[in-house]
Amino acid sequence: MSPRPVTGQPTTPGPAADTRGDPSPPTDPRPVLSLRHLTVTFRMRGGRAVRAVNDIDLDLAAGECLALVGESGCGKSVLASALLGLLPGNAVVSGTALVHSPGTPTAPLDVLSAPEKTLATRVRGRLIGLVPQSPAAHLTPVRTVRSQLAETVRELHGTPRAELRAATERAAARAAFPPDHLDHYPHQLSGGLAQRAATAAALVGDAPLLLADEPTTGLDRDLVEHTVDELRRHADAGRAVLIVTHDLVAAERVADRVAVMYAGRIVEIAPAPSFFGEPGPRHPYAHGLLQALPSRTFVPVPGMPPELSRLPTGCAFAPRCGRATAQCTTTLPAFTDGTACHHA
Amino acid sequence: MLELAHLTAGYPGRPPVLRDACLTIAPGEAVGLQGPSGCGKSTLARVAALLHRPDHGTVTVDGHRVHGWRHRAPRSLRTRIGVVFQQPRQSADPRLTLADVIAEPLRANGRRAEVPDRLPELSRSVGLTDELLTRRPHEVSDGQLQRACLARALALEPRWLVCDEMTSMLDASTTAALVGAVESYRTRTGAGLLAVSHDDELLTRWCDRTVTLAAGAAGSAGAAGSAKDLDTWTS
Repeated sequence: MSPRPVTGQPTTPGPAADTRGDPSPPTDPRPVLSLRHLTVTFRMRGGRAVRAVNDIDLDLAAGECLALVGESGCGKSVLASALLGLLPGNAVVSGTALVHSPGTPTAPLDVLSAPEKTLATRVRGRLIGLVPQSPAAHLTPVRTVRSQLAETVRELHGTPRAELRAATERAAARAAFPPDHLDHYPHQLSGGLAQRAATAAALVGDAPLLLADEPTTGLDRDLVEHTVDELRRHADAGRAVLIVTHDLVAAERVADRVAVMYAGRIVEIAPAPSFFGEPGPRHPYAHGLLQALPSRTFVPVPGMPPELSRLPTGCAFAPRCGRATAQCTTTLPAFTDGTACHHA
Repeated sequence: MLELAHLTAGYPGRPPVLRDACLTIAPGEAVGLQGPSGCGKSTLARVAALLHRPDHGTVTVDGHRVHGWRHRAPRSLRTRIGVVFQQPRQSADPRLTLADVIAEPLRANGRRAEVPDRLPELSRSVGLTDELLTRRPHEVSDGQLQRACLARALALEPRWLVCDEMTSMLDASTTAALVGAVESYRTRTGAGLLAVSHDDELLTRWCDRTVTLAAGAAGSAGAAGSAKDLDTWTS
């Protein structure tokens, strides 16, 4: 892996356009993904509202890989589904999520307000490629990889039949999927090859943003490393990569920046080297989560995350926090200078 | 002792995933089992939990040779072993509240009268709050549901615990909390443990010794290096 550049400021463009060495257009200063006040609320029976994603601001540049980490049930996957318009009917989304394809003259598209037709024809697979959580479940079990990949190529590029076979093999090669396995069915593939097949399909549309929702769940360590290294490779090739994961070890391996989510909010965004190394996380929750790793103190964060339907008025972490003061229970800390904590 | 001797096991129509595997766990011992995907870790765990009948080989639980698996296993043996699976969503009945999930083994074994006493103690031991107990699986997170599944496995106070990738769906904090709950139960009761995981660091931290199940090659028994590490693995 090449030394990874650290992007300190959210709006700084990634260096990928410079390192690729091909005659690509001049660096586009606009981020590939720009979230502002993204909020997702689920309306429940009895008038209850569950705020799964709460006022998220985030920028992601081309060539950059950001890992979104947090406890189960903190809203990570809801954020990913919101970008693809795949939320259930009782979800209410507000804010903006601009997705921009670098080097193209088209204005950034707000995927939150886009109608379903736009999402289907312009966003899914074309602006945002999804690397699924479970490739074995994502692929159709009754068709070969070639058949599924060819369909994706034809749908996204309208490739004529005569050229489809060659185009499919090129698509497979981009995810390093071996051509002699194209005629296999998903159940005949190992976990790693199934992951590559799913990644190949995600890459077909040349989406500038790759979204990987828990791409390493249930994989063994070798396969985890392999999978995240592939994602890193796609970031180095100039894509913006957003990885949603609970696996901090995988996040450390792949990410330029880490965003920690707690109870629907981002509580800290930090460059990966300073988050995992020195000086370490600044938010007490991020600190506790990292210390819970078996390679560190292996002590859990006390208590459990709050109910998203009944968030406390102040900082949502205050009831579990050793540093909480009266201010924490009454005032919601604003996100300033990389963290949302009164004491950081 | 939980003794697995010369096990060959697999699934119909395919070559066996385990061949001649041996493993002995002493009372109170925690053994970690690791290996790459598809090497037969989970199959071995299922055999040890009396949930999968091996083609060859013997399983002996506290001196009792096992002759039946699944529903054919005698209750006295089945209830000695508690199991926690990888995916809580697939191992909890979606129609039951968490309280009923936890109390199910007591009810199924004619110990319904103990439920009012044991339920608060069990839920507290895994860190579940009372308010969560009235919910159904779809209303809680994976981590909370796995806590209930662990409490269910502890309900009958088993002498042995089999944790098959118990924490691989979970974040670091919930992982540490669940491992802590298992360890405080083991400290209190002296139960033995077979923990399957692909997380090397976790098993090293958690278990007394770790054995590696290799796919296609003879594996090695590692860590503590005691005399009983004569386990050899081929597949």
